Amino acid sequence: MFSAIDNFPALMIWLPLLGATISFLLKKDQQARNWAVVSSVLTLGLTITSLFFTGSSHYLLTQVSYIWLPSLGSSFTLSLDGISWMLCLLTAVSFPLIFISTFDPARTRANAFYGLMLMAQAGLMGVFLATDALTFYFFWELALIPVYFLASMWGGERRIQAAFKFFIYTFVGSLLLLIGILYVYLKTPDQSFSLSAFYQAPLSATEQGWLFWMFFLAFAIKMPIFPFHTWQPDAYEQSDTAVTMVLSAVMVKMGVFALMRWLLPLFPSVLKQYDNIVIGLSVVGVVYASCLAMVQDDLKRLVAYSSIAHIGLMSAAIFTRSMEAWHGATIQMFSHGINILGMWIVVALIERKLGIRKISELGGLARKAPTLAILFLVVAFANVALPLTNAFVGEFLMFAGLFKFNMWYAAVAGLGIILSAVYTLNMIKRVMFGATNGVTETFGETGRPVVIALTIIVLIIFATGVYPEPLFNLIESSSDALLRRILVR
Amino acid sequence: MNSIILSALWGVLMMYTGVVSRSNKAPGIMAALGAALLMGAAWLDLNGVSLAPFDLHGMLEFPPYVSGFILLMSLCLLLYVLLSNDEIDRLTGHSADYLALIFFVMTGVIIVASFKTLLMMFLGVEIMSIPLYILAASDKRNLKSNEAGLKYFLMGSFSTGIMLMGIALLYGSFGTFYTAALNIGFLALSPLTLAGIVLLMVSMAFKVSAAPFHFWTPDVYDGTPSVFTSFMATIVKAAAFFGFLRLFEGAFGKLHEQWQILTAIITAATLLIGNLTAVFQQSVKRMLAYSSIAQAGFMMFALFAMNATARQGLVLYGVSYSLATIGVFAVLAKMKDQTFEGFNGLATHKPFLALMLTVYLLSLAGIPLTAGFFAKYYMLLAALKTGQMLWLVILAVLSAAVGIYYYFRVIQAMYFKEGADQEVETSSGFRATLLVTAVIIVLLGVHPDWVIALVNY
Repeated sequence: MFSAIDNFPALMIWLPLLGATISFLLKKDQQARNWAVVSSVLTLGLTITSLFFTGSSHYLLTQVSYIWLPSLGSSFTLSLDGISWMLCLLTAVSFPLIFISTFDPARTRANAFYGLMLMAQAGLMGVFLATDALTFYFFWELALIPVYFLASMWGGERRIQAAFKFFIYTFVGSLLLLIGILYVYLKTPDQSFSLSAFYQAPLSATEQGWLFWMFFLAFAIKMPIFPFHTWQPDAYEQSDTAVTMVLSAVMVKMGVFALMRWLLPLFPSVLKQYDNIVIGLSVVGVVYASCLAMVQDDLKRLVAYSSIAHIGLMSAAIFTRSMEAWHGATIQMFSHGINILGMWIVVALIERKLGIRKISELGGLARKAPTLAILFLVVAFANVALPLTNAFVGEFLMFAGLFKFNMWYAAVAGLGIILSAVYTLNMIKRVMFGATNGVTETFGETGRPVVIALTIIVLIIFATGVYPEPLFNLIESSSDALLRRILVR
Repeated sequence: MNSIILSALWGVLMMYTGVVSRSNKAPGIMAALGAALLMGAAWLDLNGVSLAPFDLHGMLEFPPYVSGFILLMSLCLLLYVLLSNDEIDRLTGHSADYLALIFFVMTGVIIVASFKTLLMMFLGVEIMSIPLYILAASDKRNLKSNEAGLKYFLMGSFSTGIMLMGIALLYGSFGTFYTAALNIGFLALSPLTLAGIVLLMVSMAFKVSAAPFHFWTPDVYDGTPSVFTSFMATIVKAAAFFGFLRLFEGAFGKLHEQWQILTAIITAATLLIGNLTAVFQQSVKRMLAYSSIAQAGFMMFALFAMNATARQGLVLYGVSYSLATIGVFAVLAKMKDQTFEGFNGLATHKPFLALMLTVYLLSLAGIPLTAGFFAKYYMLLAALKTGQMLWLVILAVLSAAVGIYYYFRVIQAMYFKEGADQEVETSSGFRATLLVTAVIIVLLGVHPDWVIALVNY
């Protein structure tokens, strides 16, 4: 019996995949682009609808399981809980915004471009939904491969090397993850890949120790956490901005989410031993990336480093294992995705209109495009986490958790927040205000799609900043359930 | 048993085809028919139907595991023949003779897969090798091909000598050729036996081109015409590995702990040498030669682990590696410029070929959703199940990451670089066969149980 309600999680993967297949078959560029928007809006509709049709307990909304490889003990299991629904929503919201705001008529082979994008979307959905380790690993890779092709085929001059570096880095991480998964699988009582069996695997402290680092490396490269971040600024800078948006708004969340659902609950007994190392690295990363962001002259690199700083804070918060910090980190995953999307949309617009990204060569755009300036200002404030914006909620909670864990970590990470205000506002000042020059004179109309996309983002920023209650209700019980699993064992 | 008789007879028939028919299409059609019939014969073996009930005196056996392997290799042969017969005809002018040799090799392949005595194994290895020496030197006017043939012959006969020496020592201490009679555990442990085991391991490692006995491989694979390298590096190699595992499991399985460390060293050396040297190659063909050494490193895990997972995994590995390599070589053989630059811009000019090559290369690299992923998966799982030498597994995945580098160089050249259009003539049948190969690879990447169920015993 096929029932749409039970199969929502699967539909959220099949729909983008179907969209991708159709997109590959389309001939005209314009058609492909329109189809991509339609397909991603359908996915968004489906994702939102799924919430109304699933149970009211947000701990486990719905679960669906298909027989896949019984001889291996793996089944194609997807479950939708509060956190994964929120991340699926982020994925579903991001793609239409990306598609409408970054349309570039000069982009060649648009059908392949949008096909690969939708394939990446399916992979991302799968990562957030899978509760079978082998399925999870498949989607982890399925999200990576299209992005590799996207990043190598469209973008800057050094894109091939940058994308390859990104691919090799993450692939090494994935392979170590695979060994880790296989090892845990062999230890599970019933030789199964299901998440619940993984949680029950009896592992000694030594085994947990090295398995922890194997899993951690894979996730840390993806996020990325200092010092595994070196692929990221290059990849962000060289990729087509639409691809960069996927990478930074959604793909890095794979790593953060994997910490919460896979890494910490699997190896709880070694966390006491290693949490200081990880939090230390993350906090150092926050300050380090913020300092680097201050001296960047390239807009894309600035946003890239700013993203490393934000992610570092999230991973530090998760490793404190306190309830506030987990709530904060979960909310922040969503908020960061939305905010950075806004930043990239503006960067992409500037690059498309003027052909430059150097902050030193820009200036006075506010005079040419006042609407853009206002919207960008709101996004920038959100990036700095001012009160009333969405990021404030998350960062406040994360700091509360970090402070309780160890005051000094909070103090050092707090420095990162101050620095983020410095570089973000400084960037705004130099790009938007001041005198116009020969190049920025030619800026012209902002264009309706970008204004619409930015307006939606600004609305989300304020809505979740002023009234974050619904998001909390959604994630609270699933976040707490995961956390309980860690603290009990 | 059906399959041995059929392949030997079909080899003879192929030779007459060349005499009787003047059409240059006929040999190809006959060979494809032969391969298809071979699949049928193996399928009958698999179901226990024997068309020629001879008394084999227990020298050969055809349990489902072996018949399943033969069936899969026949499938690879069918695809190989369909993809290569035009090229063989173009290269040699009288393809029937060469296709006959390929069927003789196939007879050797089947014997190597099914032997139960050392004598049969030796015969199988020789039947498999001798026609290959001729195939290596088949491009008569090309010095490199001559060199390849001679080198292969000299090195091959040398290793055969070592193998015979090993068999002689074992016969000296046991007085029997039957593998089952040799497998008596620690009672058998004597200097004579140990020397015999080591000599057999060396000679088999030579046949499967595992380090440090791999030195002949790059030159031979490079010098041999691409159509025949494709056969040599795939079906023959998979069969040699299958025989290797059957020999060591059947004859020395109870002494596994004694020689396991040797396999670990060979595995590590093969993985490192194969992968690291492949990185520096400028010609795709030579890169594939080194990559076949690297892949042999992964297959060596079957001997290291020697458990049920390893047996299933080796068959899956053999099939997925063979399919992908046959596909890559089929396209490569049609290309004039065989350096990495020769592939520049292929995706723009020949999108279909580029897409097919991408599937094959992704499979060789072991990316999920292709057969190559599950092949590597089974090998790693088998090694992890032994619970020993975790470093070897980590070394394996790190070298797999190195493998990404050189396989993806081809993909990068095809998709991300600009290049001139070059003449690559492909018939629609050729393209259809490429597509079938790719589809099988992807299906096995989603559902490897089809192969596993076939060889499950």
